[in-house]
Amino acid sequence: MSVALTRDGDAWLSAAGGVRWVPVIGLEVHCQLDTRTKLFCGCAYRFGAEPNSLTCPVCTGQPGALPVVNAAALELALRAALAVGAEIASQTHFDRKNYFYCDIPKNYQISQLERPFCTGGGIELSSGKRVRLHRIHLEEDAGKAVHDRGQTTLVDLNRAGVPLIESVTEADISSPEEAHEYLTALREIVQYVGASAADMEKGELRCDVNVSVRPEGEELRAKVEVKNLNSFKSVKEALEHEIARQIEAYESGDEARFPVQETRLYDAQAGETRTMRAKEEAHDYRYFPEPDIPPLTIPSALVAEQRRLLPELPAARRRRYREELGLSDYDAGVLTQSRDVADLFETVARLSQRPKESANWISNEVLRAFSDPEIPAARVDELALRPHDLAELIGLVTAGTVNTNAGRTVLREMMKSGRPARALIGELGLEQVQDEGQLEQWCRAALAGQERTIADVRAGKTKALGAVMGRVMRASQGKADPRRVRALLLRIIGARE
Amino acid sequence: MDDPPNEAWIELVRRTAALARLEVSDEEARTLGPQFAAILEHFRTLATLDLGRAEPMTAATRLFDVRRADEPRASQPRDTLLSNAPRRAEGFFSVPKTIGGPE
Amino acid sequence: MSAAYARLDATALRASILAGERTCARTVAECLAGIDERDGELAAFLSVERDWARERAARLDARLAAGERPGALFGVPVALKANMCTEGIETSCASRILAGWRAPYTATFVQRLLDAGAIVVGVTNMDEFAMGSSSENSCAGPTRNPWDVARTPGGSSSGSAVAVAARMVPLALGSDTGGSVRQPAAMCGVFGFKPTYGRVSRYGLIAFGSSLDQVSPLARSVRDLELVTEVISGHDERDSTSLAEPPIEREHPAAPGSLSGFRVGVPREHFPHDLEPGVRACCEAALARLEAIGAELVPLSLPHTPFAIPTYYVVATAEASSNLARYDGVLFGLRAEGDGTLPGMMAATRAAGFGPEVKRRILLGTYVLSAGYYDEWYGRALKARGLMRDDFERAFEQVDVIAGPTSPTVAFRLGERVDDPLAMYLADALTVPVSLAGVPGISMPCGCALPADGGAGELPVGLQLVGPARSDARLLRIAAAFEAASEDLRREPPPGSAR
Repeated sequence: MSVALTRDGDAWLSAAGGVRWVPVIGLEVHCQLDTRTKLFCGCAYRFGAEPNSLTCPVCTGQPGALPVVNAAALELALRAALAVGAEIASQTHFDRKNYFYCDIPKNYQISQLERPFCTGGGIELSSGKRVRLHRIHLEEDAGKAVHDRGQTTLVDLNRAGVPLIESVTEADISSPEEAHEYLTALREIVQYVGASAADMEKGELRCDVNVSVRPEGEELRAKVEVKNLNSFKSVKEALEHEIARQIEAYESGDEARFPVQETRLYDAQAGETRTMRAKEEAHDYRYFPEPDIPPLTIPSALVAEQRRLLPELPAARRRRYREELGLSDYDAGVLTQSRDVADLFETVARLSQRPKESANWISNEVLRAFSDPEIPAARVDELALRPHDLAELIGLVTAGTVNTNAGRTVLREMMKSGRPARALIGELGLEQVQDEGQLEQWCRAALAGQERTIADVRAGKTKALGAVMGRVMRASQGKADPRRVRALLLRIIGARE
Repeated sequence: MDDPPNEAWIELVRRTAALARLEVSDEEARTLGPQFAAILEHFRTLATLDLGRAEPMTAATRLFDVRRADEPRASQPRDTLLSNAPRRAEGFFSVPKTIGGPE
Repeated sequence: MSAAYARLDATALRASILAGERTCARTVAECLAGIDERDGELAAFLSVERDWARERAARLDARLAAGERPGALFGVPVALKANMCTEGIETSCASRILAGWRAPYTATFVQRLLDAGAIVVGVTNMDEFAMGSSSENSCAGPTRNPWDVARTPGGSSSGSAVAVAARMVPLALGSDTGGSVRQPAAMCGVFGFKPTYGRVSRYGLIAFGSSLDQVSPLARSVRDLELVTEVISGHDERDSTSLAEPPIEREHPAAPGSLSGFRVGVPREHFPHDLEPGVRACCEAALARLEAIGAELVPLSLPHTPFAIPTYYVVATAEASSNLARYDGVLFGLRAEGDGTLPGMMAATRAAGFGPEVKRRILLGTYVLSAGYYDEWYGRALKARGLMRDDFERAFEQVDVIAGPTSPTVAFRLGERVDDPLAMYLADALTVPVSLAGVPGISMPCGCALPADGGAGELPVGLQLVGPARSDARLLRIAAAFEAASEDLRREPPPGSAR
């Protein structure tokens, strides 16, 4: 960037200009709903399957094929909408959005225009600012066009027909950071309520941005749409680049360079946005009500049921963990990273009556298990571990039956085999040695001949105990209670902490 | 509303053809223009109809709430799908290279 | 053509097979011989599935001999219009853009025919994508009317109507969107029945106007219509617009000889001043016949009838412009490379693949949906459609059925209207209101008349009966009563000669 810009709150300033530019940002997000089958046909969908292997006459737009609405898609859409506080319509219908491309088989997309299934809603950011939703609606996904394999464009229709909810915010967002936060919050919410797995790498969540800048307090200017954003990081970076680009263009004074309403593509490698189309013509989608699908009524009983199925949302949980359980911001964040983890934590905390220990064990040990090649699980619900058993283990460690290290070993075994703590402790012989006499014997043996260490410790260098403790632990095969060993050693040496 | 002159109808045909992804030759446009005009002129009686408070009839039945359970059904074999493809490559449909995005 | 075969309707043919008087194999042989004899001149068929039909006949004979229970259409040769998907069979809609396209699946209604033991012998000619009233929009050339081969058989289910009228098959399926089965039935002197919208699944019927299309049978007797309608109708979970109702069963008693107690509405708008005199005469005589068997004629008005053609064409072309967007050279069908870009390829493919009428309608439909024009055209048409449905509902509060001519004229000459699309559209004036309302309608042969254009031979006239929504079984029984009382009015087409 040729112009150096500084930030002051929401405003951006260049050294030269002196104008306070404020970005005006709106986000358009598509989430794939986590149903078993597509929106209008019974094809199952799986990311990464062989191209064109998950299709049927309906989702490939064969002549004569007809759509039939998947009830589960509506249910999940309702749940997501309720989670963001939207109001559910009593009646809704689908419309055809007509346009030509190689990845939409019928050359129209069945979507919603006039009567989407809900209105309103929004997401509150940590600053307290509420980003309002302009609309949320249901629609079918297109297939995938692959442009970078050879001389032609290749089309894979596996994804065609997968159910999506499209959510469009008002232009309430004022910075790349807010955009990032909004997306994080949205993803969290749809994951929590089970509406979408929202994994961006699998295309389950996609985002386009609309951004313009204006001098603080003045009229809105031309907004630019930016596409091809493949991660939340890209969204933030693309916004930073595009905002800077627009400011620079305006401040150049050259009207020919002023931003115009257009669509640009983000090039993550080059770190810039580029014009996608030479000339921007407003699309005429010729929407009309879908004649192949009768309208849907949404009974209040269905809405009530979906509302009942809503779990406590992550932001509320984090607040509760901080305020009621006394956990730190950081810990609360780690434990609410997914609904599975949060649910596990709450169950274990309740059963063990030890929230802080539960938090530690889960954050540090259970979550680490997912990168352990010997533990064949990628998610909490794939672990063989049962919350009841973890709660029991925590109790045993607190009571001193096993020491923490041994406890870790036991836990690993529990996660692999699903067997309860006591049995494993017995089998692995990890029961902590409590016998004062045995402990003292090991301690004295370890201290034998360690005059230098004894002198250091007496002189106040308690760190020197480390090596001796190591010898005791080895002698005891890890079964000595380290806290008592340390206390014993100090007593024997005659020193104080 | 006054009828636009011939050229305007021909231009309208061209613009509509572009929207419909339909190539029309100049000759076709010259034929279609006046036909369009005549047909729409005849249909313009619709504008004289007093619609009162009529609701749009968007469907021929009074059905509503037709849905299906989220139960998987076997997909069609890829060969069946691709056997009708005008051009295919490595399990994909093949089309002229495009930069990306519908136009 | 075997005289025996030509004489039997589907009901009698099946009975004859079950009685051991004939085999399916012989029936198919006679059918194919008849096609060989007549179709060279008439061009009703786009393709004939000889091997498939023979194999199937042989298998059916074996199954019957083995004691298997025969289905309702056992051994009956049937023809399908070229917009009906049968797996592995070329289903081109008489369009270059789908030339050679073999359907990858079978339509629900076709499967039901097959499950009932019918033998599909071939695919019939039609106006391209069902857009037309004469078969002249077929990319394969026109089908000829067996009553006068210089004239149209009507359309768009032209080949299906001719296949039945010329006795090549006893039963054929067509599709009726604005009259495409009723009008050719009238022009060919056979029975054609369009059920209430939604009573027959559209899954596998290649779409033209989604909210109007219905699979509709053609036959030489009402009992045959009832037979095939029971087989193909009934809810289909693959079609969201199919009514949640079971198949249409024939009503009892078997044949009401008398229509006493029935009120027949006669809409004045269906007898306009420019109705062909011969058509008027035949229909008035037919109405008198209804009276003679006890019906009470009640004059009434369907006041929105003059707006039916514009309403229909706006709605139908709008839906068609969207339904036909998928034909673009990407996934199936014809492909023309054009300028080598993706949009260029699509535009060139569609230009090369569609005929002029299809292009005209796609353009009209695109226009009436486009920004700035939607409210004025499509928006208004949807409201007008509702008013038309109201007209019928109000009328049916007073009467049981409505009667009038199916077509304003008898069969016109081939070539007469090809250069005047609007004149062609007006042929549908009496059938489209029924389609717009979604109610059932049947065309019945009611005599012959001379054409107003000076032609020498008499040509068939059809009387249309219309019933309230979902009154299909009742409508067919009323038609059966008329059929029984009007045998003297029905004639056979000439056995086959060039003029």
